[in-house]
This record gives sequence, structure tokens and C-alpha cells, in this order.
Amino acid sequence: MNRLTFACLAALALAAGPAAAQDPNQARNLAATCANCHGTNGHAVPGAGMAAIAGQPKETIVQRLQEFRAGKREATVMHQIAKGYTDAQVELLAAWFAAQK
Amino acid sequence: MLNRRDFLKAAGGCAGIVTLGGCAGSVDSRSKAGGHVVVVGGGYGGATAAKYLRMWSKGSVEVTLVERNREFISCPISNLVVAGERTLADITVSYDGLKKWGVRVIHDDVVGIDADKRRIRLATHGELAYDRAVLSPGIAFLWDQVPALNNADAQTKILHAWKAGPQTVALRKQLAEMKDGGVYALTVPKAPYRCPPGPYERASVIAHYFKTHKPKSKVLILDANEDVVSKKGLFVKAWQELYKGIVEYRPNSELRDVDVANRTAILEFDKVRADVLNVVPPHRAGDLVAQSGAKLANNRWAEVDWLSMESINVKGIHVLGDSTLSAPLMPKSGFMANQHGKVAAAAILNLLAGEAPNPEPMMTNTCYSFVDAKNVIHVASVHRYDAEKRTMLVVPGASGVSAARNELEGTYAAGWAKNIWADMLT
Ligand code: HEC
Repeated sequence: MNRLTFACLAALALAAGPAAAQDPNQARNLAATCANCHGTNGHAVPGAGMAAIAGQPKETIVQRLQEFRAGKREATVMHQIAKGYTDAQVELLAAWFAAQK
Repeated sequence: MLNRRDFLKAAGGCAGIVTLGGCAGSVDSRSKAGGHVVVVGGGYGGATAAKYLRMWSKGSVEVTLVERNREFISCPISNLVVAGERTLADITVSYDGLKKWGVRVIHDDVVGIDADKRRIRLATHGELAYDRAVLSPGIAFLWDQVPALNNADAQTKILHAWKAGPQTVALRKQLAEMKDGGVYALTVPKAPYRCPPGPYERASVIAHYFKTHKPKSKVLILDANEDVVSKKGLFVKAWQELYKGIVEYRPNSELRDVDVANRTAILEFDKVRADVLNVVPPHRAGDLVAQSGAKLANNRWAEVDWLSMESINVKGIHVLGDSTLSAPLMPKSGFMANQHGKVAAAAILNLLAGEAPNPEPMMTNTCYSFVDAKNVIHVASVHRYDAEKRTMLVVPGASGVSAARNELEGTYAAGWAKNIWADMLT
């Protein structure tokens, strides 16, 4: 079996699978919904009073978002926004921001 | 290792296996996205799309931004200029930051769009060919619905100040020159209109100016709607607690016309004379959108495919911001236009690379409104694509308003403005 045939068979097998296709850039796309307040890729404008979330550890971001959702962390707006994202999306977001230098 | 996209590309190649005879390349499809995107309108939607197209394509997609004005002037925060709390310079941002991203910025007017030939004609810079065009022209006023204002001279006397710039400064001047004991009247058009809480914010911060500088003066809100359109409880509380005897709210007061010389608002059953009359006429999508042939609902707002922001009838034309027929509970706001710009940028890069747009776009919105110089209230919502209804819907539970007006959110509102301006322009 040559490489092409293998790729084709594998692709057909994958296409037959049940999972809804997720865009490979979904973490980037989701993170862009936060940029209006927290800056492009989480790099907030220094001194503007919004938390810079770029480069925070992934676990910290996940934990804070979960606390916001649960109403366990003081918030003016994040308790409302955090409820809009699923656990899986929170994971994607946190990993994306953690990876920003 | 092959990723999912390579598999799909390989699968695509399988159909043509006999004639093409090869599909084993494993190049990341995004780096293949080339082409030229012309963005018309450098406001919250267009500027964001231009920057994100350059940033996300790592410079492989060419972007030209056509914008009439030399500098960006923000509508959000402009009510504080009207109230004398900020200057126009505070809400003005240069387009130079976009040039650093490699966006070609042309200051000109569009005079024609040929969507079949994919060409845009400019007043003085010739023609631009595009692979995809993004139209983000904001709003046009329906002057025919306020006949006496349907001429340039009248529009310098009775101001709208609903597009930030010279009108903002002129309204500030009228208020500064008004004698104490005068009446400022603001007419609000029927929803949908640009910035749902905007009129009530303007009334509030002008009331604050009167209270601190011209305490015998009044603010009169003549609202075509049957009730306060946005953040009702919080605005009404502010008017009762902070501006008793200053702010008067009149619902169901649709403007029919004005008497320019006497600064009088003509309503169906009443005439209201003011010292400063501020008319926000009803509006629709900027003229450019109709010129492109894009379908407008009620002859006013562009219907878009929310996966890509592409017009539902004209291929290759994406429409953003206030010009769109809003999805349910989606406001016409600068924040939303910024989100439209990002969804469009992501979709365009996929489309240019021969891929389908992201099937699960999300958008958030937060509108901060000042009720005096320092205290702010917000309304927030998170929206996600609903594949069945093919529109953006608010995620259940993910929306709400401030518990009460507060100064902390006054600092967040100012911080938000700095961050969103940087997000779109630097
Ligand atoms: C409307 C502006 C706004 C948007 C949009 C927004 N945030 Fe926030 N964020 C805030 C504010 C304000 C705070 C401070 C807590 C509060 O008052 O709600 C905050 C706090 C946080 C914190 C805690 C930071 C720290 O160091 O304490 C995290 C993490 C966070 N946001 C993540 C996100 C993510 C992820 C998104 C996008 C899904 C997002 N935010 C969208 C305004 C925003």
C-alpha cells in the first residue's frame, strides 16, 4: 500500500466518524472573544486596569474561570461571561492564553 | 504525522486520483491562504478585520483598508466628550498601527462596487481588485423620515452626534453655550438603532453636567419606543436617585419632523421646544451595502451568514457591524462589530485556503454605560452559533447586567476602551 492510498483510506475512515469537525484554530478564535477587554492574545494594554492573562499558567486560568462560573470569585462581569463557555472551551482558552509569551 | 486537514485534503485528492495522481502533501493549509481582501470602513468592525486578517495569516494575505477619515474617532466614550468630561483627542486613534501590520490604508471614498467582477472603484485612487471584500460602513440616516432635516444646513443646527467627530464637538458647544434653566431634548428612534443604551447614557451624563454646572436646566428624553430599550432598571434608578427634577422620560414619543428655526420637535400629538435639540434619526446600513447588491431586510439591514458574515446573496461580500440584520438579542455595538470582524477574518482565511468556515463561531458583547462622570453600568452576553436555527443565540445563563452602578466598572469601562482600540488598531 503506497502512502497516497494509505492517506486516502485513513481520510475516508476519519470522514465516516461521528465527531463534529472542530476548526483547528478554534482555541485562537475563542480567545479572540476575550481580546476586547484583555488585549490581543491576552496582552492587555499596560496600566489600563484590565488583567493581562497572556502567559498565566493554564491551571490558574481554568480555576479562575470555574470559580467565576460558580460565583465563588468576586466579579463585576466575568461571572456572566464565563457561563457562556463549556468545560472543553475553557480548556482550549486556558491552554491558548498560557502559551502566549 | 498527518492532521485532520491533511486527511481531508488527501480525501479530496482521492476523487481526482486518476487524473491528478497525487495528494500526499502535508502543508498546513493556513499558510496557503493567499489573496487580496479589501476592507471598506475602518471602524470597530473593519479595522478589526483588517488587523486580524494580517495577524492570523502571518502576512500572507494582502489587506487594503479604504477609510474616508484620516483618524479613527470612537463612538463609545463620545458621550463623555458631549458632557465635557473628555476631549475629542481622548477618543481619537491613528491608523498608523494598522500600517505596521502591513495593512495598506487608503483614505478615499468608494464610488462603485462590482461584485461579479470583484472590483471596487474609488473616487481618486482608481480601482481595486479583490478576492473577498469586507464592508463595514456603519449606518446611514433616514433623513426622509425627518423632512426638515433633509438638507445640509439644517443638519449643522439640529445635531445627531451619533457618528463621533465634528458633530460630537458641535453638540458639546451647544450645551456649553446653553443658558442655565434651558432644556436639552434628545429624540430616540425606534429600535433597532446603533448602540441601544447610548441615548440613555447621553441623557444621564448631560444631566450630570447640568447638575454640576447648570442646575436649573432639564434633560428631556423623547423616546419613540414604548420603554427604555436597554438596562432599564439601572438607568431609571440613576434618573430617580441622581437626577430627580432634571431628567424627564417620555415613551411613545416618535418624532415626525422638526421646526429647525424654533428648535422644536414635532411629535404626533405634541410639539416640544428645546434650547438644545438633539435628533437621532432612524437609520439603516451604510449606503455601500446596498450598492454592492447585498440583500437588505426591510430595505435597511444586510442579511448575513453568521458562519462567515458573508452576504446571503452576494458571494465574496462580507458585511460587519451595525449594517447587519442583528441576530436575536444582539446589539448594534462597537464591541459586537469587533467580534464580527474576527469571525469574518477567520472565515475568510479558511475560505481563501479552500476550507469551510469555522462551524462553531462565538461572540461576546459588553456595553458599558456611564451614568455620571465615574459610575458605570454594563450589560453583557455571550452568543454562539446555533446550527439548526443558523443564527447566533445567547448561551442560556450567560448574560446579565451590573448589580448596581459602581465606580469600579467606571475604571473597567475606560480600560475596555483602551484595550479594544489597541485590539483593532495597534
Ligand atoms: C467585558 C470585558 C471582559 C471580557 C470580554 C472578558 N473579561 Fe475576563 N475579566 C474582566 C474583568 C473586569 C475582570 C475582573 C473580574 C470582574 O470584575 O469580573 C476579568 C478577570 C478575568 C480573569 C482573572 C484574571 C486575574 O488575574 O485575576 C480571567 C482568567 C479572565 N478574566 C479570563 C477571561 C476570558 C478567558 C475571557 C474570554 C472568554 C474574558 N476574560 C473576557 C473583563 C472581561
